[in-house]
Amino acid sequence: MFIALIVVMLLFQIFIVATDNGSLFAPSNITNIINQNAYVVILATGMLLCILTGGNIDLSVGSIVAFVGAIAGTLIVNFHWNIYVSIAMCLFIGILIGAWHGMWIAFVHIPPFIVTLAGMLLWRGAALIVLNGLTISPMPDNYLALFTSYLPTVSENMLDAEPDKAMALTFWVTMIFAAVCCVVLIIAEILQRGAKRRKGYETTALGLFIARLILFCAVIMVVASFLGQDKGIPVILIIVAVIVAVYAYYTQNTVPGRYLYALGGNAKAAQLSGVNTDRVMFFAYTNMGFLSAVAALACVARFNSAAPTAGTSYEMDAIGSCFIGGASAYGGTGTVGGAVIGAIFMGVLNNGMSILGVDSNWQKTVKGLVLLLAVLFDVLSKKRKSSK
Amino acid sequence: MEVPMAKVLLEMKHITKTFPGVKALDDVSLEVQEGEIHALVGENGAGKSTLMNVLSGIYPFGTYSGDIVYDGSVCKFQNIKDSEKLGIVIIHQELALVPLLTIGENMFLGNERGNKGKINWAETFGRADELLKMVGLKESSHTLIKDIGVGKQQLVEIAKALGKNVRLLILDEPTASLNDTEAKHLLDLLLQFKKKGMTSILISHKLNEVSYVADKITVVRDGSVIQTLDKSKDSFTEDTIISAMVGRSLTDRFPKRVPHVGDVCFEIKDWCVDHPIFEGIKVCDHVNFKVRKGEVVGISGLMGAGRTELAMSIFGHSYGSDIRGRILLNGKDVHFSTVKSAIKHGIAYVTEDRKGNGLILSESICRNTSSAKPEKISHHSIINFDKERQVAKAYVKEMHTKCATIDEDVVNLSGGNMQKVLLGKWLFADPDILILDEPTRGIDVGAKYEIYCIINKMVEEGKSVIFISSEMPEILGMSDRIYVMNAGRMIAEMPGSEATQEKIMSCIINSDKGVQAASAEA
Repeated sequence: MFIALIVVMLLFQIFIVATDNGSLFAPSNITNIINQNAYVVILATGMLLCILTGGNIDLSVGSIVAFVGAIAGTLIVNFHWNIYVSIAMCLFIGILIGAWHGMWIAFVHIPPFIVTLAGMLLWRGAALIVLNGLTISPMPDNYLALFTSYLPTVSENMLDAEPDKAMALTFWVTMIFAAVCCVVLIIAEILQRGAKRRKGYETTALGLFIARLILFCAVIMVVASFLGQDKGIPVILIIVAVIVAVYAYYTQNTVPGRYLYALGGNAKAAQLSGVNTDRVMFFAYTNMGFLSAVAALACVARFNSAAPTAGTSYEMDAIGSCFIGGASAYGGTGTVGGAVIGAIFMGVLNNGMSILGVDSNWQKTVKGLVLLLAVLFDVLSKKRKSSK
Repeated sequence: MEVPMAKVLLEMKHITKTFPGVKALDDVSLEVQEGEIHALVGENGAGKSTLMNVLSGIYPFGTYSGDIVYDGSVCKFQNIKDSEKLGIVIIHQELALVPLLTIGENMFLGNERGNKGKINWAETFGRADELLKMVGLKESSHTLIKDIGVGKQQLVEIAKALGKNVRLLILDEPTASLNDTEAKHLLDLLLQFKKKGMTSILISHKLNEVSYVADKITVVRDGSVIQTLDKSKDSFTEDTIISAMVGRSLTDRFPKRVPHVGDVCFEIKDWCVDHPIFEGIKVCDHVNFKVRKGEVVGISGLMGAGRTELAMSIFGHSYGSDIRGRILLNGKDVHFSTVKSAIKHGIAYVTEDRKGNGLILSESICRNTSSAKPEKISHHSIINFDKERQVAKAYVKEMHTKCATIDEDVVNLSGGNMQKVLLGKWLFADPDILILDEPTRGIDVGAKYEIYCIINKMVEEGKSVIFISSEMPEILGMSDRIYVMNAGRMIAEMPGSEATQEKIMSCIINSDKGVQAASAEA
């Protein structure tokens, strides 16, 4: 799937440059892609956990984003609450909503599709009620800064007085940050490889190992250079990176994460092995509520408003990302990394088509077809791998 | 007088089929004459099912080398429909029936009666009734598959094959899930068909059945044909067949063990379980039994007696409703209402359906092995991958599990090796009492012996084993003490040394008579 992503990016670049529309890889565009798709990655991470349990999806995430956004807007703007307290309250409400779904799904055993479909309607209605149909805007600056600012934070004065110095500072801080990440990654990988060799496990061929490492670092540095030339590292990127890292570790390295795969792989066998499958389901959906709330807060900051129409179709973006990223519709297979790549894939698709000026009616058609082809490519390459 | 040579119906010539890393069939040749019953025997993983899959078109022409010559012409099947057109029908071990559809609908699934896109239901059910009569199944073709037992379902599959105008019928382990009566009925049916000129290929582990019906027996081992025995010329004794299959003579089917039996460590008293869906139906009716340390306790009985239900209801209330009764561990009353607490108390339950609810097929040997007690390979819920791999490797080594690496997905293993992984998983959970439910079902002779050795080892280490099996010789050969269960009740208990198949059967028959008399009086 990573290959498919690169291919699509290159294809778009060719079209875009050929039709004289600028470049996919323009620094400000890369920043845009990141900002526009941060919410998808957050939601896809949560959705993956639900899909792992057995192909179960959560249709209500878009509506939760609207509702929690509405609460955030109301608390911060209308009631003038402290933003940190409001954020905590919103996350708590997200958890409660997820737990409510989880209760019906895990303990009353109503199919997740139905519970979350009901949630989709319910929370959208609740958002409309809270907002009374109106949009709350604008959000206070300190709130916006939490989600929409950049590292390094260059003051307005510096930008006006010494623009060149400001740009250089931005660029170099970004590059140094990226370089540090690369160094950490290289050291970690080398240590891990060394440990594996000492214990006598098979490791990938040295050539392949070095090639992959170089490719990764190259990508990080290239992206960093684009970001550095624009406004620096978006804070939301850091937030998303932390979320992805935590959940990737959770699913791959912990026992509860294992239980998700066990439940999706064979629920009956998992039960007879002592896994409390109800609890695992409950957690997956409660967590989805939590991450939906996180996405809601990010969206409110990005759009600088809490609107009743927020979150429309977000569930489709999240679900699409997971499946493009290789999750199985039966559960038990899929990774957080895959979901992230899937999200980026869809983001690049949207972005590329917008730059090319593709008519928005056609955009939807193209998106649907490409989604199908991407998953087909993934399924075929898996089949080829297993029958080789 | 010259005896006319029987016509050769099928010739598989020099078939070679490879999968990644494995040569499943190595220059295999098979000749089947018209009107004969030809048995294919061999250990699991020997290649019997693969050979039949090549024949039926499941592995299409092009994915194997060699020729299939049927009725004189070379065949290049691309899929099952191609082979079915010529009258080759395969009935798999896992029945291909849809439980929520009727017998009639199932019989003509993919072969619908009617024309111009409209199904002719009258013809469907009418023809289905005719075919059911031919196989001796007294069911209406409107009955749902889920409402009839496995034995009858097997007959439906055969009737389905007849509906396809079968000339060469291939049966893969047809009696695996049948009891003795049903199995005999099926074998007699095959003999009937033979009289009418139908040819059959029978894959089976049950050597007594094979010697009962087969004209020829081809023994396959490790992807090659070892020998073909001909009833008219060679002896069909179990010993000759087993030696050919395994490549060594098995003087004793069951490994010897000197029993060191201690005190009672596990006891069930007055155990009652109701059916989970149908209220009031007693699945277990005041069951009592005890198990001693270092003992193998066999529970015999017919299918449907309630043994699996008993075991599952004890193991963390995994089956049934309104479960009541006492469990005593080393004399103390305990309760385990969840599987996790049962495991904590040292009970392990190895299910009878290793694929359905025993192992997670999409995961590797490594991940499956530690799945019953992940606490042992993790620290504060963080998995220690090194330990996990060490453990998996240790069990693979100890049990002689045949696999490429521990990262191989369990679904690619043969039945016997899957069962070893499953046993390893439960041994890793440190149980004191292991409940084994049909542990050698669908497993070849060689692997069975290895599993018996593993059971003996467990018991020598002081553990106790509750051995549930429908194969009488196995229970008689392995158990120190045997219980007989019928219709949800423990009806007899006898020491292993005194038990015989006849005694057990007569207990069951008498108990049935008693039940009939009781309900007649009521």
